[in-house]
Amino acid sequence: MKFGIVVNEGPYTHQASDSAYNFVKAALAKGHEVARVFFYHDGVNVGTRLSVPPQDDRQIQEQWSALAAEHGLDLVICIAAAQRRGLLDENEMQRQGKDAHNIAEGFRISGLGQLIEMGIQADRTITFGD
Amino acid sequence: MSEVIKKFLYVNRKAPYGTIYAQEALEVVLIGAAFDQDVSLAFLDDGVFQLTRGQDTKETGLKNFSPTFRALGDYEVTRLYVEQESLDERGLTLDDLQDIQYEDEDDDYAEKPSIIVVSRARMGEVMADQDVILSF
Amino acid sequence: MATLHTVNKSPFQNQTLISCLGHAKAGDSVLLIEDGVYGAMSGNAMSEVVAGMGANVKLFVLGADMKARGIDAARMAGGFTSVDYEGFVDMAASCDRVQNWL
Repeated sequence: MKFGIVVNEGPYTHQASDSAYNFVKAALAKGHEVARVFFYHDGVNVGTRLSVPPQDDRQIQEQWSALAAEHGLDLVICIAAAQRRGLLDENEMQRQGKDAHNIAEGFRISGLGQLIEMGIQADRTITFGD
Repeated sequence: MSEVIKKFLYVNRKAPYGTIYAQEALEVVLIGAAFDQDVSLAFLDDGVFQLTRGQDTKETGLKNFSPTFRALGDYEVTRLYVEQESLDERGLTLDDLQDIQYEDEDDDYAEKPSIIVVSRARMGEVMADQDVILSF
Repeated sequence: MATLHTVNKSPFQNQTLISCLGHAKAGDSVLLIEDGVYGAMSGNAMSEVVAGMGANVKLFVLGADMKARGIDAARMAGGFTSVDYEGFVDMAASCDRVQNWL
């Protein structure tokens, strides 16, 4: 089975990104494929490289980056939602004339089309949100 | 853009403006239109409030995105299912909703309503018929 | 042709569980996750409504979320089956589509 995952909420404030992470880990462990994890609405905030969560708690962004590296996951941050909320990669930083970029390792910024494409290509689409 | 055509349903259950979900859901619909899939929108529970006419956001400073619904027909998104029971519970009728139309190119571009009011039972059937259900 | 529905909010917080059960078709599965697991508890003001509206669907609850919230298995309503994340994955694979009620 090929799963497409949507994460609609940011780290810590909602459990959505944790539930999605646990689902993805379980799916991969069972030998399923995860076509893409698409971060929308406040979910784009999962991909910041500047978070410094308390050490006695799970490190949400790091966990995703590590899982992506281990399994070749495609973590996509929606560009429109990212622009609204101040998540920029180097390209966007230059394009928008900003002085910093803040996308974490393993995440990439792309368009909403990636969400639709994921829905078309995956066997099942699962959304975690509010 | 794709050989595969799937039935996509965008489910809207939240009121507009208090949160961004209604507006950002619409942005997905507009981008998604380019993929030539079989698209429907569902409005139920507080989602029916997204379609009311006369939204004037000036004093709040928020963007009034309600005119975008009227443009959906141009993107070939022509099926907006609105739940009757959700309207009734909220004291709304079809008259409270915007006039959203599309031009039927198979019928001499006759203007037809995009809003389809359905019972809760029928809405459940519409949902059960989909391939991909996106919720916001 | 069955759907896996998920609900992640307590039935005391909003109407989402009720709306989900009101739209689900006979034979569908409904899985409560995150704060939704409170909807699987017996002996509260919503238990009978949930049992009644859920009579024709298969009711599941994510054990990890129950444990996190200190809900003893003994307090789970009779109509529910507890599953883990592997079970969640299995259900998503075996149903025809997934509908996440947000």
